[in-house]
Amino acid sequence: MLAHLPILQVIVPLIGAPVCVLLSRARLVWLFALIVSGLSFIVSALLLQQVLMSGTVIYELGGWDAPWGIEYRIDKLNGFLLLIISAMSTLVLFAAQTSINKEIPAEKHTHFYILYLLSLTGMLGVVVTGDAFNVFVFLEISSLSSYALIALGKDRRALWAAYQYLILGTIGATFILIGIGLMYQMTGTLNMADLAARLPEVAQTKTVFTAFAFVITGICLKLALFPLHLWLPNAYTYAPSIVTAFLAATATKVAFYLLIRFTYSVFGGSFSFTTLPLQFLFMTLGLLGIFVGSIAAIYQTNVKQIFAYSSIAQIGYMVIGFSISSVTGLTAALLHIFNHALMKGALFLALGAVMYRIGSVQINQFQGLGQQMPLTMAAILVAGLSLIGMPLTVGFVSKWYLLSALIEKGWWPVALLILIGSLLTLVYVWKIVEIAYFKPSLSTNSTVIEAPLAFLIPIWLLVIANIYFGVDTRLSVEVAHAASESLLQAQGQVRP
Amino acid sequence: MALLVVIAIEIARLKDLFAVVMLIGIYGLVSASFFVVMDAVDVAFTEASVGAGISTLLMLVVISLTQRSEHPVRHRPFGALLVVMLTGGMLIYGTLDMPYVGAGDAPIHIHIAPRYLNDSMQEVGVANVVTAVLASYRAFDTFGELVVIFTAGVGVSALLMTVGRRGDKKPAVAINDSMHKQQLILRIVSKMMLPFIMLFAFYVQFHGDYGPGGGFQAGVIFAAAIILYTLLFGLTSARRVINQTVSQLVAAFGVLLYGSVGLVSLLNGGNFLDYNVLASNPIGGQHLGILLIELGVGITVASVMITIFFNFAGRKELQKSTSENKGT
Repeated sequence: MLAHLPILQVIVPLIGAPVCVLLSRARLVWLFALIVSGLSFIVSALLLQQVLMSGTVIYELGGWDAPWGIEYRIDKLNGFLLLIISAMSTLVLFAAQTSINKEIPAEKHTHFYILYLLSLTGMLGVVVTGDAFNVFVFLEISSLSSYALIALGKDRRALWAAYQYLILGTIGATFILIGIGLMYQMTGTLNMADLAARLPEVAQTKTVFTAFAFVITGICLKLALFPLHLWLPNAYTYAPSIVTAFLAATATKVAFYLLIRFTYSVFGGSFSFTTLPLQFLFMTLGLLGIFVGSIAAIYQTNVKQIFAYSSIAQIGYMVIGFSISSVTGLTAALLHIFNHALMKGALFLALGAVMYRIGSVQINQFQGLGQQMPLTMAAILVAGLSLIGMPLTVGFVSKWYLLSALIEKGWWPVALLILIGSLLTLVYVWKIVEIAYFKPSLSTNSTVIEAPLAFLIPIWLLVIANIYFGVDTRLSVEVAHAASESLLQAQGQVRP
Repeated sequence: MALLVVIAIEIARLKDLFAVVMLIGIYGLVSASFFVVMDAVDVAFTEASVGAGISTLLMLVVISLTQRSEHPVRHRPFGALLVVMLTGGMLIYGTLDMPYVGAGDAPIHIHIAPRYLNDSMQEVGVANVVTAVLASYRAFDTFGELVVIFTAGVGVSALLMTVGRRGDKKPAVAINDSMHKQQLILRIVSKMMLPFIMLFAFYVQFHGDYGPGGGFQAGVIFAAAIILYTLLFGLTSARRVINQTVSQLVAAFGVLLYGSVGLVSLLNGGNFLDYNVLASNPIGGQHLGILLIELGVGITVASVMITIFFNFAGRKELQKSTSENKGT
């Protein structure tokens, strides 16, 4: 069965989703979904191990060899991503049953889990595949299901947010499709490795240039890179808490993965960074994203919205790491994917717990919660410190790598700006901490007690991971470093 | 081609949504004929059944739920116009270096297509090359698309679900129940047509190996038949035939059927969706595999379309009964 791991990765949640329809009781469906997600986590762990031991794993679907059929191709980069996605999905799902009891009407629970598993399937499918069109198909699965998941939010505004996301997301997907179509026209293939081999011949044509521009723009829409981020804050704010935690920890990572995959593996780094001024473009947009996101976050009164805007800023950090296009820079970006998933997963789950107890995440409702929900608030505190980049947390590790990559290149001003950006993070995290710990509790919330275990276990697992990977950086740094090294090497092979 | 442009401009200009929907249907039909001219019969068939057929129907239902005319827009979206112009310009710029249409040495004709065209008869044993590519070479993409449709169905029913919301004691007034007495000619004609539509759907379903057609188109045509019936005879009588929970189960069953073909090939020692191992000789296996997955596609597509339609129609029913409750 080990040879079939790549397909099992996708097929387990995919088959699991329609099976959910057959199960009738919501609790049963939850348990089933949890098992399915857990299985795919185990598969991804085995797969990553296999990749680290013996190099890239290739799997031919339908038994047809590569450019004719579809192949799955897993290297260190997507192996790492698969592990992050399936792990976060499983942890978030653990708290799902408790959380959606209060946020989603009971008769919709089955649908919720089906959509959740489909969304997971889509993301895993996008990451695992080595075929450009297959990316689009699975991107559609994950997007469609996430639109529906967001629209399930209790607030009526969730519908509007989902609609906004639907329109922008569809435009993004269409752009990617147009780009893929143009590439197909110029090379006659859809396979990524084959594309990489055949694109250099036609690299100078206007059609390939257009294809590149369309693919990158489409991905950036999905990535919510500033200034294409407009869908993100509302979508995250009004979605059910579980959905927010899941999407925040995974969805933008998948888009970021696609960015790396298309620029480095398909088009090749030297093409990507010479035809368009990508380095300058992404550096500027990343910095702008950090500042606009952080400053907008400071002025929000809804805590979910604060962290949604903070996500835009964090995407800025990743993109800057990407734009440096050195091994250290890419390592920093990949590390930040991993670390950001840990932080935002913990934060949004903790907000889900607050939502569960209080029914609101407005910042004034947080008064005195430091005493009433000590464990939840401590989790927010630690994850918030990690977000700022305090030593001994994961946030510090990725920022450290990012700064050293910048200093390697001698880009001092950018490094300085990033440090200032971190100070802005401090402002909005402190705002929450101050209210939670130093204000007396509201009389309406006097009966509020600590969140149930279903929340605390995954939250604290994530918080401990935040600290653990901040101290013992071997695993995450090694994988990220190896992945980015092989990306830059492969590019040297393709075009000398 | 020029007709397409004219229709598109008209769609954007008109304010009456009913006319817009009709035009979109015509747009679908015209582009279908355009595809026929381009020799893409399968695409044309899909466009005709999906673009011109079922999506027009669904949009009509939505209009009946909301209202017929657009809100007047005050501001002039120049920014949007600029972005659209930029994108369009970019696309035209991209076409400058494209190989000419029909040029024999274009990359798409010389790289992977020859194997599809020349060897698929030996390797897959299916006369229609498009079916061979969709259902065998790139079967996993088709599976993905099927899941997209399933996702859409689940998404719509998750959002619009009306079942069990209120105590269903009082039988609600179904959509178009009043039509029973009035549209006599329509009813009789369509009653006569229904069996033929369904028969045609089955023909398309099973003939996909040889001519244009397959699960997607067949599913849509079949669903159109059911929807036609519902429109004319009312939701309640249609529900007597197909109930919503059942149609959802059936949709899941279609996906599972497709998936289990893949799983069986896994268990028989091949890769996922490798049909060669399904039967004793590879061609037989390919035939069996394609037949089963097309069936899965047809089942899911039909039931998802019906589910979506029922959900919208159920909403209408709900709207009606609540407004009646307010009135009394």
